[in-house]
Amino acid sequence: MRKSWWKILSIVCVAYAIVGGFLMPAPDDIGILAKTIRNLYYHVPMWFTMIILLTTSYVYSIKYLSRGDLRLDNLSGSFIKVSMVFGLMGLVTGSFWARFTWGTWWVEDAKLNGAAIGMLIYLAYYILRNSLEDDVQRAKISAVYNLFAFPIYIVLIIIYPRMAETSLHPASGDTIGFSSLDLDNNLRKVFYLASIGWILLGVWIATLKYRLTEIKRKYEEI
Amino acid sequence: MRKYSWIIMLFSLSALAENSMSMDEFFYQNQKIYVVVAILLIIFLLIVGYLIRLDRKISKLEKNQNEA
Repeated sequence: MRKSWWKILSIVCVAYAIVGGFLMPAPDDIGILAKTIRNLYYHVPMWFTMIILLTTSYVYSIKYLSRGDLRLDNLSGSFIKVSMVFGLMGLVTGSFWARFTWGTWWVEDAKLNGAAIGMLIYLAYYILRNSLEDDVQRAKISAVYNLFAFPIYIVLIIIYPRMAETSLHPASGDTIGFSSLDLDNNLRKVFYLASIGWILLGVWIATLKYRLTEIKRKYEEI
Repeated sequence: MRKYSWIIMLFSLSALAENSMSMDEFFYQNQKIYVVVAILLIIFLLIVGYLIRLDRKISKLEKNQNEA
């Protein structure tokens, strides 16, 4: 019980964000957004969680290359797989949000296309991983692939959209982020805790995936 | 017993709420938005319950494997 305080924290934070997202005050009068501004509490933490999981995975990839412990490779792979689930949730919720604010499911926008192309990079990672039989070979190739994939991914989803001339998506191209709309700090009261909650929940699921794969790996070794 | 202390807490909370307002009164407020909040919370907590179950099962498997 003592070691799982962060799991409890994640449950409390996300539960608070679910309740607070509906019931706490928020700037509900900003143009086409209206009350959908509250999607900030759910759509954005998906991407935060994905980025944190990917960063963790990146660290494990580097560690694997220096130490050669297959557990580190397993950690790296598990974190990537779970991160892509969160990425997909970010993409789908974003698309739905766009339909009722911008009026269409998808626009040719640097932020959207960058995210979609970026996710294909990790889809390729998944296919690459599953296509290699030998444990050590798979681990090494995955780690090196990740070494290059992660920086490109970050460029595609964060830097490239910011460099774009115009964009509909907040905080990319010529648009401002929600932080400048949050005059009363009402969004922050829910958003920060929501982010912490979802990140911890993502880490929790990723560790479950890791532990399960580790059991399987040990079982196959015997 | 400590494991289930949160259930007792939940019951005492609802008892507290009932003193001032009936459950119907509470959920009929604000165009019934609290119903949506409650349903989302139920879904989330059930998913979390499932996660906790998975976590325990995996812990058990790990224990069995380490003993063998």
